[in-house]
Amino acid sequence: MSIEVRIPTILRPFTKDQKAVAASGASLTALITDLDSQFPGIGDRLLENGALRRFINIYINDEDVRFLGGLEAQIKDGDSVTILPAVAGG
Amino acid sequence: MSLTISRAFVDAIIAQSRAEYPDECCGVILGPAGSGKASRKKAMVNAAHSPTFYEFDPKDLLALYREVDDQDEEIVVIYHSHTETEAYPSRTDIAYAGEPGAHYVLVSSRKEIAPAIEFRSYRIIDGVVTEEEVSITD
Repeated sequence: MSIEVRIPTILRPFTKDQKAVAASGASLTALITDLDSQFPGIGDRLLENGALRRFINIYINDEDVRFLGGLEAQIKDGDSVTILPAVAGG
Repeated sequence: MSLTISRAFVDAIIAQSRAEYPDECCGVILGPAGSGKASRKKAMVNAAHSPTFYEFDPKDLLALYREVDDQDEEIVVIYHSHTETEAYPSRTDIAYAGEPGAHYVLVSSRKEIAPAIEFRSYRIIDGVVTEEEVSITD
């Protein structure tokens, strides 16, 4: 199973500047584990204490994973995953 | 490093900050990919609806990045307003700044200070803030 994962500029230092990478996993947790094994350190930028970071948005196709069960969200072949840092501040 | 921006965009951002006061306002200016030119302004909804915080709605954020990709554009400027404090990045602005290639523009909607000194631009990279010159064109 191969899922296309779109990587934001700020995380491209981990992916040798690739804008999109292939990863596998039937759930978001499994996908992040696979990403981190291919690109060590990237997992820490997505998770904090085992939960999704508040100011990182991850989408499966067009849907924010927060509405799909968060880390439990299911991913199937052909889905596309997009990671975007929140645009936010005080 | 400097930001070149049209007078019309500066005026529109200041007007938006006043219209949305007391909430912070936010938005972007897009340009052709690789050009660094601030050519298309797009106001965004502050999903936080707060006088002390702003956040693009996550759905709008995805739509924005899709649009930027589809039109072969880039995000040149990310702007937001401060309602009662100076136009300098706050701790959270620095912590969440996620676009190392963008100019972060801050405008203060405090009414007692002239717009000329309230419209400022920064690079925010790896937690380091560097103010840059703003050159306004007619």
